[in-house]
Amino acid sequence: MTSSKTSAKGFLLKVVRNPLFFPLMALLLLVAVNFFADPTFFKISLEPSSTGNLILSGNLISIIDNASELVILAIGMTLVTSASGGQDISVGATIAIAGSVILRFVKVLPDNVSGGRFTFVLIMSFLVCVVASALCGAFNGALVAFFKIQPMVATLILFTAGRSIAAWINNNDNISINDARFGFFGNFIPGIPVPTPVFITAICLIVIALVLKFTNLRLYAQSVGINASSSRLNGINPKFIKLLSFIILGVCVAVCGFIKVSRTSSITYSVIANNIEMDAILAVALGGNNLGGGKFNLTASVIGAYVIQFLTTTLFKFKVSSSEISAYKAVVVILLIIISSPFVRKWFADMGNKIRAKKQANVGKEVN
Amino acid sequence: MSVNSNTLGENKLKKRSSLTDSNLLLIITIAVFFTMYACAVVFLKQGFLKPQMFFNILNENASLLVLSCGMTLVMITGGIDISVGQVTSLVCMSCAVYLQKVNDGVISGNVFTSMCIALAIGLAFGIVQGFLVAYLEFQPFIVTLAGLFFAKGMTTIVSSDRIAVTYEPFVKLCRTEVTIPFLGSVNKKGIYIPAYVEIGVIIALAVVVLLFCFLKWTKLGRNFYAVGGNNQSANMLGINVKLTKFLAHVLCGLCAGIGGYLFFLHACSGSPLHAQGAEMNAIASSIIGGTLLSGGVGNIVGTLFGVLSLSTIKNIVTSLGLDEAWWTNITVGAMLCVFLIIQSVILYVRTTLRKTKSKRTN
Repeated sequence: MTSSKTSAKGFLLKVVRNPLFFPLMALLLLVAVNFFADPTFFKISLEPSSTGNLILSGNLISIIDNASELVILAIGMTLVTSASGGQDISVGATIAIAGSVILRFVKVLPDNVSGGRFTFVLIMSFLVCVVASALCGAFNGALVAFFKIQPMVATLILFTAGRSIAAWINNNDNISINDARFGFFGNFIPGIPVPTPVFITAICLIVIALVLKFTNLRLYAQSVGINASSSRLNGINPKFIKLLSFIILGVCVAVCGFIKVSRTSSITYSVIANNIEMDAILAVALGGNNLGGGKFNLTASVIGAYVIQFLTTTLFKFKVSSSEISAYKAVVVILLIIISSPFVRKWFADMGNKIRAKKQANVGKEVN
Repeated sequence: MSVNSNTLGENKLKKRSSLTDSNLLLIITIAVFFTMYACAVVFLKQGFLKPQMFFNILNENASLLVLSCGMTLVMITGGIDISVGQVTSLVCMSCAVYLQKVNDGVISGNVFTSMCIALAIGLAFGIVQGFLVAYLEFQPFIVTLAGLFFAKGMTTIVSSDRIAVTYEPFVKLCRTEVTIPFLGSVNKKGIYIPAYVEIGVIIALAVVVLLFCFLKWTKLGRNFYAVGGNNQSANMLGINVKLTKFLAHVLCGLCAGIGGYLFFLHACSGSPLHAQGAEMNAIASSIIGGTLLSGGVGNIVGTLFGVLSLSTIKNIVTSLGLDEAWWTNITVGAMLCVFLIIQSVILYVRTTLRKTKSKRTN
């Protein structure tokens, strides 16, 4: 009798301590709120789009679609958080740079260019953009790894200057690409009802899963995050690992930038990917990852990213304007961080122990 | 020969060790500021020689000065507060809406109550953030990032339009200029124009002096350095580390309130676009002024010169003809980068010197 009770309790504790518990609970809570507020929220339908091909539409689809950039960023941000013990706040500005670089190359194409040449230019411009954002990442990483500057302050430089650099790259022109093929990557490819960013996200997730499975990256990043000097004594180069994590984030940023500019086929330097750094950090925090570095759980971060997007869409559903949204989000975030913080968890555990002790004392009294 | 070089090296060491980290960084900042201003006077000549140019820099940056001082306090204790810019914006907007309502006769009030509102908003942010950082031990960056977004959202909730204040007594206060004797200039027609500063500048300078005295000569002020330098040893010395960190955030919030009101005095309006990126400028000024991010080192005088250097270089960039909006930001970023690297190199050199010195004494 007692053994089954303790095992049930042990199972419950195991579930609660699982890093996936909090993001999943938050997700469930949001689903419940939406379901009771509006049961039609989860309706998915197949409707013809403005260009005439059939696409899936509905709130769920738009959440999964719009969360793409955030999920991809969360991958890189988790690695950076783990290895360097800080976050990169320049991602929004670097997305602007990446998008600006791509548009700079694609804009020179004439309107009715042949498919082959278009693909070639697109791939080349994407590669240049990856190199550019990897360089931005390397710049941040070098400041963090070699000059030992706190990550958030090191990335403050690009946070301040990034959008200005993006405007400078294109001479502050308002570029819009008329070629419909450029928009495929942020919207829909004709004939496929699922938005393309979902596929891009899936590819990124598979790649990072394979990398973590077949290389030592996870182990190295965690050990550097937990104790840099002792991992150096064990033959890991902490500087290189930190630099590498920032470069990986840079590549993630390049993909995000590509999706972002492809969505609208244009760029607004001061607005593109606004506040995304906040969301990305939140996704990592929501995934139960220690923001001070060390162990990480990528799945939890990814779920965290979807939760954030779910929250955003829900708030939009309740007619909160896009500029007011940040206030509500900040409150939710503070609450979530407070609940999931080790300090409060410890406090709850202590309270539980006290109650149990009291109960036992009472039982003892009754027996006496 | 070898003996000679050895003694030389030791002499150098002695000289360097008489300089604390703080003083060395302060000297660099002051030197950079004066070289920059001198270069501007020599090469640009477009009014940099006139005292009014200097006072204009002060007029425009009075609020930034107060914000940076608050930031310096928090950074000395090893934290950071990135919400100050948006708090400034929120303060401007709330005061503007309030004063317009007073003007329309909806509610009764005066300029003094609007000041109280500004201080209350700043204090509220400081207390909540300070509590979360000091007592619940969250990362200051995350807490204040949430604070930033909360303030940003609240500003648009209060009002999403730009509101120009027409309340008579306040406008009068905005327009008040304090004339400075003997430093005026004569214009082309030969009329003497006296130099002036706005009221905000005087308040800002008063805050600077107050905080300087506070950090230099009060027990709490010295505790700030102790806590930032080494948390645990400060604890062992019997300093209440949590309370000290909490008070640093509260003071920073108060400074954000004052800075916000000074911005309001200068702009005379409220808008969600006010003080965009002010937190970055404040952090940059503190860093340029020689405050170390790791905590424990910093100086209000340095921050004053940090603000002056930052705004001077902005002015120089615009007078060079690079007046596209992006050049200012890129310059600020570059300057921040250079100073961060200088800091890191100095710290590296000093720790290695200390190591070699201790080896020698052994």
